[in-house]
Amino acid sequence: MSNTWTLTTMRMRLAVRNRAFFFFSFVMPILFLLGAVLFFGRGKTEWMGYILGAILTVTVMGSFWGLSVQLVTFREQGILRRFRLAPLGAGAMLASSILSNYFMALPIVILEILVCRLAFHMQSWGNLWAIFILVTIGSATFSALGLIVASVTNTMQETQMINNLIWMGFLFLSGATIPLAKFPGWLQRVALFIPAEYLATGLESAGARMASGYQVLEDSVALALGLLVAFEVSRQLFRWEPEARVPRKAKLWVLAALVPFLLFGTWESVTGRQLHHINQNFQELIGQLAPPQTTGPR
Amino acid sequence: MGDPIIQVEDLYKSYGAVEAVRGISFAAERGEVFGLLGPNGAGKTSTVEILEGLRTADRGLVRVCGLDPSQSGHAFKEKIGAVLQSTSLPDKLRVAEAIELFARFYQRRANTDELLERFQLTEKRGAFYSHLSGGQKQRLALAMALVNDPEVIFLDEPTAGLDPQVRREIYDIIEELKRGRKTVLLTTHYIEEAERLCDRVAIVDHGRVMALGTPRELKRNSAGTTRIEVRLARPVVNGLLAHLEGVSDCREFAGTYVLHSAKPPQTIVALVKQLETENNELQSLEMFSPSLEDVFIELTGRRLRE
Repeated sequence: MSNTWTLTTMRMRLAVRNRAFFFFSFVMPILFLLGAVLFFGRGKTEWMGYILGAILTVTVMGSFWGLSVQLVTFREQGILRRFRLAPLGAGAMLASSILSNYFMALPIVILEILVCRLAFHMQSWGNLWAIFILVTIGSATFSALGLIVASVTNTMQETQMINNLIWMGFLFLSGATIPLAKFPGWLQRVALFIPAEYLATGLESAGARMASGYQVLEDSVALALGLLVAFEVSRQLFRWEPEARVPRKAKLWVLAALVPFLLFGTWESVTGRQLHHINQNFQELIGQLAPPQTTGPR
Repeated sequence: MGDPIIQVEDLYKSYGAVEAVRGISFAAERGEVFGLLGPNGAGKTSTVEILEGLRTADRGLVRVCGLDPSQSGHAFKEKIGAVLQSTSLPDKLRVAEAIELFARFYQRRANTDELLERFQLTEKRGAFYSHLSGGQKQRLALAMALVNDPEVIFLDEPTAGLDPQVRREIYDIIEELKRGRKTVLLTTHYIEEAERLCDRVAIVDHGRVMALGTPRELKRNSAGTTRIEVRLARPVVNGLLAHLEGVSDCREFAGTYVLHSAKPPQTIVALVKQLETENNELQSLEMFSPSLEDVFIELTGRRLRE
């Protein structure tokens, strides 16, 4: 555990010294928040809970890129070889990616909540406990998914290409950028198989509807199972050496990482509960915007 | 001799169709500086990386401090220190941070300030790794190899590509390790490095140990000939110089004829006569007592850095 913590602090220190990383991890999410509030919110405080959920989702999903990608550079440059000479396991190296991503996402998450509440007059704080749970598990899950990509790609270019493709899927099918309720039914069902959807729905529920930890339990469990499997898969596929080949069984391991989301997607598709939450969140949002109805004759 | 601290027996390693190591065997004693001397591609790095636990052997027996590097995990890594052929660290890692970082991974830790002082890095303690010169990077790599006060230190071509001044600094550090009774396995293709630093040397070529012994023994056991290097105004007919009196071997390297002679005075007299007959001129002549390079040429038929 102490090795993991040592690596975590080192990697956080390196990350904040990297201007590009600092911009994309710290400045960009805040700019994104301001843009979303100005473009979508247009001063409507009743929208802020929903917008916060979406912004937090994008921030937490950013862990998918984060320091997991840094491992590919470390491997390419032979830096991991030097670490391999020390009494250090792959687990510590991978866990340090997850922890450092989390600790660096946390201040931004707090800042985003504060800005929404204090600067843009969000009507409530949302359920902070539920938000904390989802941010914690979500950040770890997306970091672990990023680690899998880092493990099966050989170069930074390859990693970025694959990450971009997956990221687009996360971004548009999570509901964080376009409300899932606006999608046709079949696409909503496809989204149920994507981890980002559970994070977005959970955070929107906690941010806009004050959903409790128990009410976002399904989302949390889906993400937590995804984390456990993804971490083990990335540990199995981890390579210290730049010239080490991706093992043939890698594809099977990658498929294994999808199993929790396939199971949850199928389950939710059958029960329809998640789709109900998605549409409920959206209807409440629309309801808040609709003009008050007049009742009775004048 | 006691139990060897490094033991290698009949080691084999292939990369696809390329056989990098073909039956290497040697043993190093505690407190010994043992050298693997050979040209690039001889199998030195593969051997040392198997000993460090970075690669697995195809077959053969390997023991370091009585442990199998491929099986012993962290217990083994606590006992060794290593400088890789090419050490890389994150660009934005500071010098002192690098030493502290690696020290924290071990149970036994050296003092960072002492290491910085010992490796003349105190002034650079706050510098980013990317801002260091080649020599400073190598000194840092050496300092990092000693953060756990290891029993065995592997140095894979620690002075390759460094200028002579820095190389001498590294030699001083290795000599200090030697005085401290550390076991050092050093790979090199620099003759002077092996002669100056190593207690014993294994000459390696094409994945095999060609000869093994102290530098003195190796030179003594060679043909014991004097090397005469001559440059001539015009090339001579192939093989002509090989028949001069006392000459046991003659080869040409980039316009220089290298003769090995058991009777140097007679050879020189015969050479001058031969050149007069041929109407050729002697441009330069140098004589050397046998060196490890000569031993290497004798064993392999080529120079170390060809």
